Amino acid sequence: MTVATIPAPAFAIETFRLDNGLRVVLAPDPGAPVVGVAVVYDVGMRSEPEGRTGFAHLFEHMMFQGSHNVGKAEHMRHVQSAGGTFNGSTHIDYTDYFNLLPANGLELALFLEADRMRGPAITEENLENQVSVVKEEIRVNVLNRPYGGFPWLKLPPVMFDTFPNAHDGYGSFGDLEAATVDDAQAFFDAFYPASNAVLSVAGDFEPETARALVERHFAGVEARTAPVLPSFAEPDLTTERRESYVDERATLPAVAMAWRVPDPVTELADFLPYVVLGELLTDGDASRLVERLIHRDRTATAVAAHATFMAEPFASRGPTALLIQAFLPPTGDADTVMAAVGEELARVAGGVDEAELGRIKARVAAQLLRSDDSVMGRARRLATAEVFHGDARYATRFATLLGEVTAESVARAAEAMTQNRRAVIEVVPGGNQ
Amino acid sequence: MSTAVPGLAPEVPLALPTPVERVLPNGLSVTLVRRPGVPIAEVRLSIPAAHADLAVADVLSAALFAGTESATMTEIAQRLQGVGGSLGAGADPDRLAVSGTCLASGLSELLDILGDILVAADYPEAPLAVEQSRIIDGLSVAEQQPDFQVSRALDARLWGDHPYGHQQPTAAEVAAVVRDDVRALHASRLHPDGSRLVIVGDIDPDAALAAVEKSLAAWNGSGEPRHMEPLPSLVPGPVVLVDRPGSVQSAIRIAYPAVGRTHDDNAAQHLANLIYGGYFTSRLVMNLRETKGYGYSPRSRVDHSPAGSVQLTSVDVATEVTAPALAEVVSELRGMAERAPDEAELDLARRYALGSVKLATATQSGIANYTSALAACGLPLSWLAEHSERLRAVTPADIKRVAAERMSPDGAVTVVLGDGAEVTGPLSETAEIEVL
Repeated sequence: MTVATIPAPAFAIETFRLDNGLRVVLAPDPGAPVVGVAVVYDVGMRSEPEGRTGFAHLFEHMMFQGSHNVGKAEHMRHVQSAGGTFNGSTHIDYTDYFNLLPANGLELALFLEADRMRGPAITEENLENQVSVVKEEIRVNVLNRPYGGFPWLKLPPVMFDTFPNAHDGYGSFGDLEAATVDDAQAFFDAFYPASNAVLSVAGDFEPETARALVERHFAGVEARTAPVLPSFAEPDLTTERRESYVDERATLPAVAMAWRVPDPVTELADFLPYVVLGELLTDGDASRLVERLIHRDRTATAVAAHATFMAEPFASRGPTALLIQAFLPPTGDADTVMAAVGEELARVAGGVDEAELGRIKARVAAQLLRSDDSVMGRARRLATAEVFHGDARYATRFATLLGEVTAESVARAAEAMTQNRRAVIEVVPGGNQ
Repeated sequence: MSTAVPGLAPEVPLALPTPVERVLPNGLSVTLVRRPGVPIAEVRLSIPAAHADLAVADVLSAALFAGTESATMTEIAQRLQGVGGSLGAGADPDRLAVSGTCLASGLSELLDILGDILVAADYPEAPLAVEQSRIIDGLSVAEQQPDFQVSRALDARLWGDHPYGHQQPTAAEVAAVVRDDVRALHASRLHPDGSRLVIVGDIDPDAALAAVEKSLAAWNGSGEPRHMEPLPSLVPGPVVLVDRPGSVQSAIRIAYPAVGRTHDDNAAQHLANLIYGGYFTSRLVMNLRETKGYGYSPRSRVDHSPAGSVQLTSVDVATEVTAPALAEVVSELRGMAERAPDEAELDLARRYALGSVKLATATQSGIANYTSALAACGLPLSWLAEHSERLRAVTPADIKRVAAERMSPDGAVTVVLGDGAEVTGPLSETAEIEVL
């Protein structure tokens, strides 16, 4: 059995901070004549106000509707006319905006991000238009398909009690329709100061040139105080919580289980064994739950485990969870699956073979490296490492840190996943009409 | 205060890597690309499979790694995991495709595993049955997805009895597959002659070639070559309405013939598609999304397949705006000739297209995918450089001519999947409808 030595990515990382508090990450790599520019704001769905579910995401859309020197739809037009692509995404704990361009578009991308960091130009008309667009996005991704929002939107309200952790981050249509221009301004004022953001640039550029361009365009962004991140803490479960719902378009029963895990930032060393455990349980045909549930018992047709609700263990804060989700054959029984999962967790708790652990670490490392293949992915990972872990260089260290996870700590993690700490959501199929 | 938007620095020329190409004595074409960056290797293997039974090919793909005479599924999976690797397979009407990735240092191990499987995959009864059930379960879910449903209806309507008319097997077809069918398909069709292996990554091409020769030399034999016949002419007709009771959105699909990559009009067609609906700054997105708010991602693309090419508009809109949205799409399509783009609109799309080639070839996986897709149409990676030059030469008159000749709603097939009770009435006020 070959277990590969885990290599580390080889690109330089430089970080600095502007007077207005903006943190900047530069990762030059002349490998291909392209450049990735990402801005990550330290605000996500957890921070949106009560009565405004979905607002963090709606606001992300509004950041594309124009700013001081950029008209509606012009951000897209400028980036695309430079041969580039752009997007934004809203997560539980952060929101990112990113652009990938041929290398000669670097200054343009910096200008555009700096311009909207000074504030979007939001009108009633644009807001109404984007509320419609977001509603269509929710229809595509949640309402008009089987298993929409399962489990990432369906499990938090079972596991958590407080609004920030439990609510639907995509938003209710009622809340979206109630959003006002004033709400948007208040959200920008509270959460979008430069001091609450990280700018990250990766790809083909000279660091001195990039640094000068960053200063030219961002130094003039007003200095404002960053918001104080509130605690979202909630006590762990002491008795199991279990709910179910009927999905009219689902054809197979499904179940997702979740257990609280240590905080991915403040308790990183205790959290990492859960990342390894997730892979050990469900990565590939050699993994414990694929072997057991799919091939031996035939009680599941698909199974996946991941740490954190949106499967981004290095771009999340607590409280969060390790999730195991399974789709069952049409006549499958969730209790049978959960009992088998319990048995397999007990087996892991009884001890993990070093050879198995080595293989899983190689696999985790390869997946992390692969996410650096694109300078866009790299820029985004560096930025979230800076936001959540205080140092972009962490992005290149996660594989090594995971490599240091011991068999004993993985066993302890599995041991902690007891039934009384479990939150469960079941999907009852109503489909096949 | 108004600040000028900065211009672009001088353009960086497209720099494509030069692949190492070899044909092994067993007939396998090998393309190797050294692309430093992350220490990963990307592997793509494409095996011609025209006229293979689709259900059998799907089961074969799912069970390809389920065991050989000398190794169990678990042993194979463990070897892969040990080099940070994964391998997967899929089938379409033209080919069986194997796709994989691993740490670059583990490439020879991954190739060894691949070689063993190609020569000795045994499709053991138990895992085969599991994979068969999983495909059936997966199909039952897919059949509830609007995109899957409308694609199936559109393929059938467009291509009828041609193999492209039926690209997804039914559960009953999958259930009828037996192990001997799968073994017979492997024996008759999984051969190196006519197949292509692409490896891209932080690799030494010479060493990688030696590893390929060592691991895949035993793969041999040749089956009867089967060719895919060209697509039939598309027959326009009434709007086909596929009823999906309770659907809160309607999936609108409009397809019409396109020219292939080697046709003289391909570059103009590429740009015309962008201007119409192929990128965010297109007419379709600006109108349907940014002005009307009808849909999240209206789009148009040109699909190039070995049997032919087609241009496809896809728009998912709220049920209540189905009829006005379809009218807007038709108007934008007609507008490509009637309100032909000027030099500025063309130039914007051109710059986007030229940049897209650079972005798509800036990663290891991008080069692997592009090399493999172009090879399926008989083209080398360097075709992208020639295509870029042709994009530079396209004029507004070319766009207007191509749009007038080919981008007409009158020559298109339209399929709408939605809640029939809600959309039939409004749609039939403006179009002839055939309810499926």
